[in-house]
Amino acid sequence: MTPLTAFLMVAALVFAIGLAISLTRRNAILVLIGIELMLNAANLNLIAFWRFGSHASGHGDGLTGMMFAIFSIAVAAAEAAVGLGLVIAYHRHSKTTDLDAMTRMKG
Amino acid sequence: MIFGLSIVFLLTAILTVAGAVAAALLKNLVHCALSLTVTFAGLALLYLQLDAQFAGFSQILVYIGAVAILVVFAILLTRGAGVPEYRGYSTSWLLGLVIAAGVFALLGWAVVKSLPAASPASAAPAITVQSIGAALMSSYVLPLEIVAVLLTVALIGAVIVAMPESRKHDVEQGGAK
Amino acid sequence: MSAGVQSLMLAQEITPVAPAWIISNLWLIPAIPMLAAGLIALLKQPQRKIAAGLAIGALGLSLLLAIAAFAHVLSAWSHGAATREVVNFNWFDLGSTHLQMGWVLDPLAATMLVMVTFVGSLIFIYSTGYMAHDENFTRFFCFLSLFAGAMLGVLIANSLLLLFMCWEIVGLTSYLLIGFWYHKPSAAAAAKKAFLTTRIGDIFFLLGIVWLFAQTGTLLFYDHGAGSMESSALAVLLSQPAALGLTAAGAIGLLIFAGAAGKSGQLPLHVWLPDAMEGPTPVSALIHAATMVAAGVYLVARVYPLMSAGAAPGGSTVSLTVIAWVGALTALFGALVAVAQNDIKRILAYSTVSQLGYMMVGLAVGGVAVGMFHLITHAFFKALLFLGAGSVIHGCHEEQDIRRMGGLRSTMPATFLTYSVGMLALSGFPIFFSGFWSKDAIIGAAHSWPVSEGPFVLLLIGALLTAFYMARQVSYVFLGTWRGHGHAHESPAVMTVPLSILAIFAIGLGVLGTPAWPWFTSFIESKALSIDMQAFGEPGLLPLMSFAILLVFIGLGAGWWLYARIPLKLPAGAPAHHHREEHGDEPRHLSGDMTDVLEDFAPTPWKWLANRLYFDELYAATVLRWYAALAWLSDWLDRRVWGGIVAAVALGFRGLGRFNKSMDSQWIDGTFDKGCEELVTGGGMLAWLQAGRAPGYLRALGLGVLVLAGLALVIGAATGQVRL
Repeated sequence: MTPLTAFLMVAALVFAIGLAISLTRRNAILVLIGIELMLNAANLNLIAFWRFGSHASGHGDGLTGMMFAIFSIAVAAAEAAVGLGLVIAYHRHSKTTDLDAMTRMKG
Repeated sequence: MIFGLSIVFLLTAILTVAGAVAAALLKNLVHCALSLTVTFAGLALLYLQLDAQFAGFSQILVYIGAVAILVVFAILLTRGAGVPEYRGYSTSWLLGLVIAAGVFALLGWAVVKSLPAASPASAAPAITVQSIGAALMSSYVLPLEIVAVLLTVALIGAVIVAMPESRKHDVEQGGAK
Repeated sequence: MSAGVQSLMLAQEITPVAPAWIISNLWLIPAIPMLAAGLIALLKQPQRKIAAGLAIGALGLSLLLAIAAFAHVLSAWSHGAATREVVNFNWFDLGSTHLQMGWVLDPLAATMLVMVTFVGSLIFIYSTGYMAHDENFTRFFCFLSLFAGAMLGVLIANSLLLLFMCWEIVGLTSYLLIGFWYHKPSAAAAAKKAFLTTRIGDIFFLLGIVWLFAQTGTLLFYDHGAGSMESSALAVLLSQPAALGLTAAGAIGLLIFAGAAGKSGQLPLHVWLPDAMEGPTPVSALIHAATMVAAGVYLVARVYPLMSAGAAPGGSTVSLTVIAWVGALTALFGALVAVAQNDIKRILAYSTVSQLGYMMVGLAVGGVAVGMFHLITHAFFKALLFLGAGSVIHGCHEEQDIRRMGGLRSTMPATFLTYSVGMLALSGFPIFFSGFWSKDAIIGAAHSWPVSEGPFVLLLIGALLTAFYMARQVSYVFLGTWRGHGHAHESPAVMTVPLSILAIFAIGLGVLGTPAWPWFTSFIESKALSIDMQAFGEPGLLPLMSFAILLVFIGLGAGWWLYARIPLKLPAGAPAHHHREEHGDEPRHLSGDMTDVLEDFAPTPWKWLANRLYFDELYAATVLRWYAALAWLSDWLDRRVWGGIVAAVALGFRGLGRFNKSMDSQWIDGTFDKGCEELVTGGGMLAWLQAGRAPGYLRALGLGVLVLAGLALVIGAATGQVRL
């Protein structure tokens, strides 16, 4: 197993766990936590490929992977803020964070 | 070196995954948030092992220093009636698990089956913060600006979304649910 | 002709009246009376004087123009110049062919113009007196004026088409005038009969016209060599064979003669003429004596070059032979039937039929001049006779049965005198009266006709009978004692003066046609003229003339012997009145009424003659029956068959409409409604998916990713893009 493969496997594992959290837990905040984990796993993927990939591309001076990951971190932070704000707002209305009880969008 | 991988890596990997699993299984939300923080730290260590120092440190700064705190704040703010988590797992949690397992299987299979992209021992790229700064200002100036705008918007949006509404609105919306 | 021939210039120095002007404005002659008719139509009934003034003024103006035209032709003739002048113009274009019309002025037309306008003017003046008590005075003059215009149009027409158009207008006005008293059923029926009978002739006429146009490409009579009566066209027509061994010329000639036969009352289309006496007497005088019936004779004279084309030397053409025989038979028939009539106008009507036959024979055997001379003289004395009869009727308070007249010699002297002149002229009393000369010319020509002596014999018998029935009529009406109701009185001057003028002409015109000085013949044929008393010495002429005179005297004598010698009396107990309105048509025999001498002598032949040889009955039983059957069949077809088809189609459409409606409401609407319901149900079903449960959505997302990624990998591996 090359180091790259190992890192990728770890990333895949973390991703799957994050997905599991999002799909199985009942609390809305935990779902957001799961989403953060998924994003982090993707970041790990990016860094790993940056480290072990070719740097021959002229664009970006070989920083592409790193920059991608940095920007991803920033965006994830913003998204976490907004999402948590939504949860807080909803909690203010209905006094619950239970995802299964949030059925007001029912068709 | 076990399986051709360094001990450090293995330990860090185990830490990360453990933290993630803990976040999945723990009942107490604050415990989940804290195990998330552990996972973040593990990931930062992994970045450092990948010679992505800047990414690692920004991971610690942003994720652990901001996002995790934010999550804890949100958990604390949304405690109210019915704090003890009831069952904690949604109905048909098995399906979610199956799907997640399927995704992992797929990804793992893809990773394992594909050829090694490059030799493991390629030289680490010499990155300095200065070069990152220079790149941000030259090649990546547009993404930089966009992200800046995005962050501003997200900030404002989060504030508005989470802001308590005026009394009038409250009364109208009061009996809706 | 021997020594003594010398060209005689006419004594009168006639200065030509602006020659070109009269020719180019010849159209005014018919146009002015037509215009007057139009103006009179706008007048109201009480405006009588204006109406009469307009009509008489217009015709007077046409008379002056006609005299001018006549003078023009006379001067051309006396100077030896061409006497025929035409003016042609394009009427309208049919692609490359032009339909042309025009007018012609030659001796024939000029003579007829003067005659028609002159006699017409006299009759118009007479009518102001005769119709004075009639309330439809204005309408009468409107129709009269229209008739005059149309008749004059027929006379000057240089195109068969224009002639036919005016011919038809003449027929129309004849209908209008015969049926003038339209509230009388007999008058309305008579008008209809006249119109339809002449129509039958006109159909053949039209066929002839169309055929002529098809063969020669022109309908003009004279067109500087290109006209249909000129040699090139005639040559074309002679070379074309038609059916039954006829050439096109012969066939067309017969067809045109059919039209003339209808208008001029030849056998068998004569049946309308006697019934036409239902109209007012001036109408009978103008239309059915002098002018309209003469139009048929004039037509034959106009197309005479066509009729006589291709005559074998010493023989004649088919057309002319047919005309001669038809005319001769008509002459005899008219004379026979006239003997047994009791209505004063009927006698004259049948006399007209007979004389028209004479004219046709004259044309056929003797040429244009012979026939036309008799036409001219006949116009005058027949108009005279009719107007005289009108005077008698007026004086006897609308009595028309000669059995209720008598002794009018003393009470109506002027009428008697003029009537006698007319009667003698018609009978052919020698020397002094024009009828003698004209009729004798015809008989002479018939005698020398190479084809057959048949017409000659028939004409002789006819002459005998003519004298006889006229003597009978005069005896009944004027001689003897008064058998009528009330008192008879003489007519006013406005009626007797025209009679006198006509009487003068009835005598004087004879001068123009004597063999010694054939002025008329020379004029018509534009030949040189000379006085030649030696003409009387031609072989056979004097014996023939003497024989004819003998026949006339025999006829007159027989009439006098039977009717005038012993004054006629009504039997005792006979009804005093015989109003035609009460007892309908002649000649029903009233019980106890006076019977004719001949009737007692030979009742059955008398009955046959009195019933006009049952022609009308024959037609009613055959032609009219078939026609009625055809009409009934058409009506049945129309109502049952075509109407049935239409009804069936309508029914079909209604059924289709109903079917459509049911289809629409049941199927289309139903389908649509069902579809909408299904849509709503489906929407409801889909909405069920929206459970509002976020975990569900997430799981769906995850599943989707899984599936898609798997697909991408598998397909990629299969296509070799992914190296696994």
